[in-house]
Amino acid sequence: MSTTTAVTTLRSRHLLSIADLSAEEIVLLLDTADAMKEIAARPIKKVPTLRGRTIVNLFYEPSTRTRTSFEIAEKRLSADTLSISVATSSVVKGETLVDTALNLEAMQPDMIVMRHASSGAHHLLTRVCKSHVINAGDGMHEHPTQALLDAYTIREKTGRIGGLKVAIVGDLLHSRVLRSDVLLLGKLGAEVWACAPPTLIPPGLDALGVRVTTSVEEAVRDADVVMMLRIQLERMQGNFFPSLREYFNVFGMTRERVRLAKPGAIIMHPGPMNRGVEIASDVADGPASVILEQVTNGVAVRMAVLYLLAGGEDERA
Amino acid sequence: MKLLLKGGRVVDPARGVDGPADVLIDGDRIAEVGRDLPAGDAVVREVPRGAIVCPGLIDMHVHLREPGQEHKETVATGTAAAVAGGFTSVACMPNTDPVNDSASVTRLIIDRARAAGLARVYPIGAVSRGSKGEQLAEIAELREAGCVAVSDDGRPVASALLMRRVLEYTSMFGMPVIDHCEDPSLKGDGVAHEGPAASRLGLRGIPGIAEELMVERDITIAGITTGRVHIAHLSTAGSLRAVRAGKARGIAVTCEVTPHHFTLTDEVLEGYDTNVKMNPPLREAADVEALIGGLADGSVDVIATDHAPHHHDEKFVEFDKAPFGILGLETAVALTFDRLVHRGHLSTTRAIALLSTNPARVLNVPGGTLAPGTPADITILVPDLEVTIDPARSRSLSRNTPFGGWRLRGGVAATIVGGRVVYVNDEVAGAAALAEPPPAGIAAR
Repeated sequence: MSTTTAVTTLRSRHLLSIADLSAEEIVLLLDTADAMKEIAARPIKKVPTLRGRTIVNLFYEPSTRTRTSFEIAEKRLSADTLSISVATSSVVKGETLVDTALNLEAMQPDMIVMRHASSGAHHLLTRVCKSHVINAGDGMHEHPTQALLDAYTIREKTGRIGGLKVAIVGDLLHSRVLRSDVLLLGKLGAEVWACAPPTLIPPGLDALGVRVTTSVEEAVRDADVVMMLRIQLERMQGNFFPSLREYFNVFGMTRERVRLAKPGAIIMHPGPMNRGVEIASDVADGPASVILEQVTNGVAVRMAVLYLLAGGEDERA
Repeated sequence: MKLLLKGGRVVDPARGVDGPADVLIDGDRIAEVGRDLPAGDAVVREVPRGAIVCPGLIDMHVHLREPGQEHKETVATGTAAAVAGGFTSVACMPNTDPVNDSASVTRLIIDRARAAGLARVYPIGAVSRGSKGEQLAEIAELREAGCVAVSDDGRPVASALLMRRVLEYTSMFGMPVIDHCEDPSLKGDGVAHEGPAASRLGLRGIPGIAEELMVERDITIAGITTGRVHIAHLSTAGSLRAVRAGKARGIAVTCEVTPHHFTLTDEVLEGYDTNVKMNPPLREAADVEALIGGLADGSVDVIATDHAPHHHDEKFVEFDKAPFGILGLETAVALTFDRLVHRGHLSTTRAIALLSTNPARVLNVPGGTLAPGTPADITILVPDLEVTIDPARSRSLSRNTPFGGWRLRGGVAATIVGGRVVYVNDEVAGAAALAEPPPAGIAAR
C-alpha cells in the first residue's frame, strides 16, 4: 500500500516532537516504513543504507521494547551502534546531561537516540549537539516513534487513518504516548477520544483537539481503534484512584466493553501491559489485538525515521 | 557638599508632586525641592534631557545569596546590580546558608553592604528557625540587628498556627510578615503553571489554587491579629481577588507583583528554557491581565523583582531539575515603563509609587519621598530611553534572565544613595556629568 506523497525529505534535523512533522512528512515516513518492513521478510535482514554511520542510544530510563527496537532498526540499516544505559555510565558519578552529551559529541556520532525522564531533555540536547537527535521518549512530553508505529499499524490494519474514531483509555496525565498520538492522529484526520478518571486528565487537554470523556463506554462506542495506556502501579499512592481493582472495574478493557466498538475494531497497547488492570488478558490476547504487530512495526518505522533523518541517501558521499 | 540637580521632571508620589523642579541635596539629605532653586554654594548638575528625578527605588524582594551561595551572587554584586537597575535600597530574603535567623547573619549582611557602599540593604529575617516552619526565630533580636520584616521565603509558612503566632508576635514591632504563599500538597513536585501549556509540554503543574488557598488563609488569620501580612510575588487573578476582598474588610494585607508576572505567560514554556522557570510559575493571559488591573487600581501595592540569581551550570540542565528563579534588578524599570506606563496602564506617578513610595511604607524604612530632611536617595530615570537587555553586561554574578535581547523603552540614567552618585549609565547622553568630581575650591564635607 503506497500513496503518492508530496515530500521526499524531512525539514527538521531532529525528531523531538510530532509537532516537528507535517501531515505529508508523516505519510512519507509511513510509506518509507512499508519499504523497510519488506526487508525484515528477507532471509538476510540487512541493507547497507547507513553503513559507516554511528548511532548512540542513550537511555536514561529503563526500556526493553523501544531500545531493542531502535537497535535492531539500526543494525538492519548497517549503522555502527552503541547503547548506553545510565546504570553503567558516568551519570551515576553525577555527570550532567549536557556534559555527557558534549563528551559523546566529541566522538562524532551521527545520531543520538535518547530516552529521558525529564520532559524537554531533548531540546537541551539539541542546544549542545550537532548530531541528529531522536526522541525515544521524554518524561510526560512525547514519544514520537511510538505514535508513528501506532499510525502505521492502524493504517496497515484498516487501510486509512482519516475519519477513524480512535479511543485512548488510561493514564492520560502522565503519558507521553498520548501526547504524540493525539498530535499525529489529529494531523491525519482521525477523531481522537481520550478517556480516564478526572484525576488523570491533564487540564486543557481538549485544546489539543481531542474529545475528552470519563465514560469508557462513550469513548469506545463505535470506535475503529481502542488503545489502552499503561496504569503505573504507583499511581494508587498518589490517590489518583482508590485501587487497581476499582480502576479495572470502571475503566478496564473487557470483552463486554470491546463489543461497544465497531465490528472489526482493533485493540492496541504501547506496552508494557498490566494485565487485569487496564486490559483483560482475553482482550490483550484476543483476535482483535494487534499489540505484538505494533512491536513488529516499530522496527520498520524506526528504520524509516533513521533513514529519512540521515537525509534519505544511501551511504555517505 | 551641596549638589543641585537642575532641569528635571520631579515625580514624588508621596507628596503629589509631578513637574519641572530642581532638587537640592545637602550632604546625605534632601534640602529642598522647587522650581529654579538658586545655586548658592552648591555644585550644579544638569540632569539628562527628558529625565525624571524621583525618590530612590526600593526592591523589597531580592536574594543576595550571601552568606553561603556566593557563586550565584554576593552582597557586593547584588547591590551593584541594584544601583544599575535604579534601586537605592533592597530588602534581602533570609534563605541564605545559613538562614538569616540570627543576629550574626543579619550583621554580616549589613557589614558586607556597608563595605560595598552601593545600595542600602535591609535584611529580612526568618519567621522560623532555619525556616523549617516549626519554632519561631528570635525576631526581637533580628529586629535589633537590623531586620525590617520576617519571611520564610522560598518556603511558605505551612502551619496555620505558626502564621497566627508570627502575625501576633510581630505586631508588637509593627513589622510585616512576608509570605510565599503556596500549599505544599497542591504544589507537589510541580515545575510550571498547571494549564494547557504545561499539559501539552508534559510538565508537572502547580495550580493557581496552591497560591490562592494560602493567600486566603493568611488574610483570614491576619483578620484576627493586629499583625500585617504582605503577600510575596502574587501571581494569579484569584489571589488578587482575595487581597482586594481582604483590603475591603479592613485587614492589614499588602502585596507585590514581579515584572515577569505582569509581562510573561506560560506560553513561553515552549522550548523548555529554564530561564522561564520560576516560583510562582508564569501564569495565563487572564492572570497577567488581572495583575495589570491590580497594579493600575491600587490593589497591588508594590512591584518587587524576586531577583533570584542562579549559576549557569545550575540552570543549564533539564527543565525539571533546574532551580526556580530569575534575575530582576536590572530589568524592572525597563519592563515597568515599557509594559505598563507606555502602554497606558499606569501613570508615571503610580509606577514610581509601586517601585518606591509603597515599598518604603510596607517595610517602614526611610525613603520613598523627596521630602526635605529625608535621605538623599534619588533615582534619575529616562522613560524614553531605548534599551536592549544584554545579560552579558549584567552586574549580577549570574545571567539567568529570559529577557536577553529584548528591546524596551525605559531606563536608568543615574542612581544616588545618601547624596553620593553610585551609578551613572554611560549610554544616556549627559548622565556622565552627574558623576564628575566637584570643581576645585568646593570642599567635600
